[in-house]
Amino acid sequence: MEQSTKDHAELAREFNRDEERVNWHDETLWWIRQKRDKIAHQVPEWESLREAASQIKNNVLSNLHNYLLQFEQNAQANGIEVHWAADAIEHNRIVHQIINDANVVRMVKSKSMLTEECGLNEYLAQHGIEVIDSDLGERIVQLAKESPSHIVLPCIHKKKEEIGELFHKYLGIDANISDPQFLTETARQHLREIFLTRKVALTGVNFAVADTGEFVVCTNEGNADMGVHLADVHIASMGIEKLIPERKHLGVFLRLLTRSATGQPITTYSSHFKKPREGQRMHIILVDNGRTAQLGRKDFRNSLKCIRCAACMNTCPVYRRSGGHSYHTAIAGPIGSILAPNLDMKKNADLPFASTLCGSCSNVCPVKIDIHEQLYKWRQVLVKEGYAPTVKKVLMQGMTITLSSPALYHLAGKAGRWVLKYAPFAVNNKLNPWYKQRDMPEPPAESFSEWYAENRSKL
Amino acid sequence: MTVGLFIPCYVDQFYPGAAIATLELLEKLGVNVVYPMNQTCCGQPMANSGFEHLTKGCDELFVKNFAGFDYIVAPSGSCVLHIRDHLHYSQRPDEAAGIRSRIFELTTFLTDILQVKSLPAKFPHRVGLHQSCHGQRGLHVSSMTELVAPEFSKPGSLLSMVAGIDLIELNRKDECCGFGGTFCVTEEAVSAKMGKDRVADHLQHGAEYITGVDMSCLMHLEGILKRQGSKVKVIHIAEILNAG
Repeated sequence: MEQSTKDHAELAREFNRDEERVNWHDETLWWIRQKRDKIAHQVPEWESLREAASQIKNNVLSNLHNYLLQFEQNAQANGIEVHWAADAIEHNRIVHQIINDANVVRMVKSKSMLTEECGLNEYLAQHGIEVIDSDLGERIVQLAKESPSHIVLPCIHKKKEEIGELFHKYLGIDANISDPQFLTETARQHLREIFLTRKVALTGVNFAVADTGEFVVCTNEGNADMGVHLADVHIASMGIEKLIPERKHLGVFLRLLTRSATGQPITTYSSHFKKPREGQRMHIILVDNGRTAQLGRKDFRNSLKCIRCAACMNTCPVYRRSGGHSYHTAIAGPIGSILAPNLDMKKNADLPFASTLCGSCSNVCPVKIDIHEQLYKWRQVLVKEGYAPTVKKVLMQGMTITLSSPALYHLAGKAGRWVLKYAPFAVNNKLNPWYKQRDMPEPPAESFSEWYAENRSKL
Repeated sequence: MTVGLFIPCYVDQFYPGAAIATLELLEKLGVNVVYPMNQTCCGQPMANSGFEHLTKGCDELFVKNFAGFDYIVAPSGSCVLHIRDHLHYSQRPDEAAGIRSRIFELTTFLTDILQVKSLPAKFPHRVGLHQSCHGQRGLHVSSMTELVAPEFSKPGSLLSMVAGIDLIELNRKDECCGFGGTFCVTEEAVSAKMGKDRVADHLQHGAEYITGVDMSCLMHLEGILKRQGSKVKVIHIAEILNAG
């Protein structure tokens, strides 16, 4: 999974070379957005549920220290081994150590965006450990040697014909098969063998309950359960923001999560893990990796309320037309664009600009993160920190001077209209990105100011 | 009641028709309207590009131009939202705050302040209403499809007062057109694709005109329509409400 050095605009341009594919990608995700709308509208108290979830998470973020210690104590009392990881590398080392201690070199893993964020698969591969992802979509992108393009639907960018091709190449089925049921059954048989033979299984965590020391993993495929029920060692990796105070709060979050994500009333499996079964070892790794830094950023802290439903991606008109890989981070889309600059400002300076600030993301967010407002605020931070391209800086300074002076403004306006009228070739060329697919506006004979001066200002 | 007319810079320069219609419409409704001649721009192009710190000059000009009015009205949701959210002037903070609370996007001013119940307008055409995001999601000029809340539309209610108008349905009622300020050039590929998709939705439903509260979105859609050689036109909502 090579990291691209191209920015979002360039990657989006590449994605847009195949317009039919863009249409298909857009329609597929729009269909999910519509499913989400339909099921949300069946819950009359939907907006109060969002507010409740938001307030619970605000409470968690304001008392994170206490909840973490409470969780650790209760989890340990339940027999879970608790580890703390300050960053990605520490997390990866802990996982590696646990695998070494179990004397194995193979692990099965269900979906965990945190391990994507930490680059766990690559790290373990470098150390001779084989990881098989058991989520169908993740397995597909793993076979394709790609990263997930969406946090809930990792291979949403792939068509069934392409999946058939991959399964032909790697899982030994005949060529040219694209029947979804056949492909799913193929994956099921392939993964069954993996589940039966792996002694260590890693899962993510959707919610961890401070009060009881248990955690909940939500999947639609049951693959997390299949992995851990057959393994001697269960490792659960969780970001420290995944806590909720009490079990009863799950009643709020589980109702919101999958309605927002895929338009289902609830995930097929919402599995509670409280203690290891006899003979099994259960580990939980509490990972910071930049989260406390984000918690310290007043304008951006509430991005940590995120429950990773991806509703903001499905609704984002830019995401739907640029594809998840154009965001070049583990978490794509609007939420990824406000999380990523915290991890690496330089590398992700383009992402907060990959938005029209339309605000649809904030409206669908089940925990009411003000995503589009944070995109705006990140832009201010990134420019101040010196990450604006020079051309843009010069242009903005020029605009500032012109627009701060009525005389200069009128002069520039007149000049602009004159050029459009008498020298349109100066703007109607390929140096002007507007002109590539759009005509320039027709220059009017006079501006409104000029009209007003002639018609009204004698008053 | 004296209203200060704020005309966004690009409307002043490229779409004087929308500005004239706004002025005439307000006058028709008995409002005393003054257009301060020294106005330029609200500063949004810089701010949305991350250069909010460069908007001081625009902010100061704005306060000087508009501090004295009962209301400030503009035929734009986007520029009004910018002023509402971001107008600051450290030397005259109270006047800036006053402007922030007294500035209105045109259709909201008509429905909420003037409480217009009927209009003498006539526009016998098939019209598609484009919901501009900043007006809709920022200023709440209409309900939003994402939220579980009662439906309403201030621009829609005004358009329904126009004789002969045939408002079309759209597949996607409130999807962004992709203009997005400097986004339209920095993310040209996605911006143009979003615009093409919006245009296609209106064309599919037989629109003769595409209207909206923001000329910026319409300028973008117009650029695409013209490139496609389409006969469909864009028209600011003020021009429809002032027609006939």
